Amino acid sequence: MAKIRLTVNGVTHTREVEDRTLLVDLIRDGLGLTGTHIGCDTTQCGCCTIHMNGRAVKSCTVLAAQANGAEIVTIEGMAKDGRLHPVQQAFTDCHALQCGFCTPGMIMAVAGLLKDNPHPSDEEIYRGLEGNLCRCTGYINIVKAVKQAAGQEHS
Amino acid sequence: MFPVNYVRAKSLKHAVEQLAANPDAKLLAGGMTLLPTLKQRLARPSHLIDIGALRALRAIKRSRDKLSIGAGVRHYEVAASALVREAIPALAYLAGQIGDPQVRNLGTIGGSVANNDPAADYPAAVLGLAATILTNRRRIKAQDYFQGMFATALEDGEIITRIVFPLPKKAAYEKFRHPASGYAMTAVFVAVTGRGVRVAVTGAGPGVFRWTKAERALGKHLAPEAVEKLSVDAQAMNEDMHASREYRANLVNVMTRRAVAKL
Repeated sequence: MAKIRLTVNGVTHTREVEDRTLLVDLIRDGLGLTGTHIGCDTTQCGCCTIHMNGRAVKSCTVLAAQANGAEIVTIEGMAKDGRLHPVQQAFTDCHALQCGFCTPGMIMAVAGLLKDNPHPSDEEIYRGLEGNLCRCTGYINIVKAVKQAAGQEHS
Repeated sequence: MFPVNYVRAKSLKHAVEQLAANPDAKLLAGGMTLLPTLKQRLARPSHLIDIGALRALRAIKRSRDKLSIGAGVRHYEVAASALVREAIPALAYLAGQIGDPQVRNLGTIGGSVANNDPAADYPAAVLGLAATILTNRRRIKAQDYFQGMFATALEDGEIITRIVFPLPKKAAYEKFRHPASGYAMTAVFVAVTGRGVRVAVTGAGPGVFRWTKAERALGKHLAPEAVEKLSVDAQAMNEDMHASREYRANLVNVMTRRAVAKL
């Protein structure tokens, strides 16, 4: 067993986990933050994307023990003071989802993309979302949402 | 995943001790290949020795004629590094072509080179630039390091610490990406160095290899046409559900010409 301490959405948690526990399982089952989804469980679909120490990562392919001491942000930590994060607002305004299963991971990936590149070109948006699969929308409205969110304030 | 013991290495020395004490241990850096392998139960190490957080492995340094990248440097760091972009832009470009953004945020250059996947990107740059692999024990030249599919010169208990790239005059990387995985169906790294032109091919054969026929032709005439009529032996290429041997052999030629055109 590994004793780990990590900060999730600004709150510090201490937990005892099995060494093989995946970060996504700790987030969902251990902390009850079920906004982070498990899609493929094979590092492909990006539904489990969260931010670890400021970088977007797939939490199905990180051990909880690796995140010991890390600063984690999940989809639940994006809205501030009752206001949606600009990327969340853009997904709402542009109807950038249908079933919604990929949406939390998509939003975390877009927030990561815009942090590195606040004004991406279409090509850079396509490349920046290569780690996330959406099987409903055809991505058209997702790309629209990224453009709306681009250049706005990001916290 | 089978049960496993996780150990976060406090230092390189600690990691070496842990490997010596646990013969079935594996090193964990970014985990982008190892963790999926464990989840599929394709490997059953007793311990995972996590060297991903070791500061000593995270530096990028440049001297007059060399660029040295710590084994624990992430792909996104290589892609974004001002030092790398200035010294060897083709290497920064290559790092930005690996996998997807989330994978680049964790995957490391040392992990990629240690794993030596036949379709990985970094081996093409390491061999193409005649880099040296530094370990906790010795220095290994790229030509001696890569030994075929997933095989390297690394011994038990040996840890890559840095990779040192001599600066080329010019270099370019061209990759035909698998559209789903991002792996190289075939990719070619061309480097113009003080000692001639080097052409390293990944993704096409059982392991990274130099296309010496093309190197000689490009040494005489550095232009895409110089290799137009040359070919690699299709029988020596890989074949799978994505591409036949002949298709990959053709891609070697096409990617080489595109890389040369980009120089």
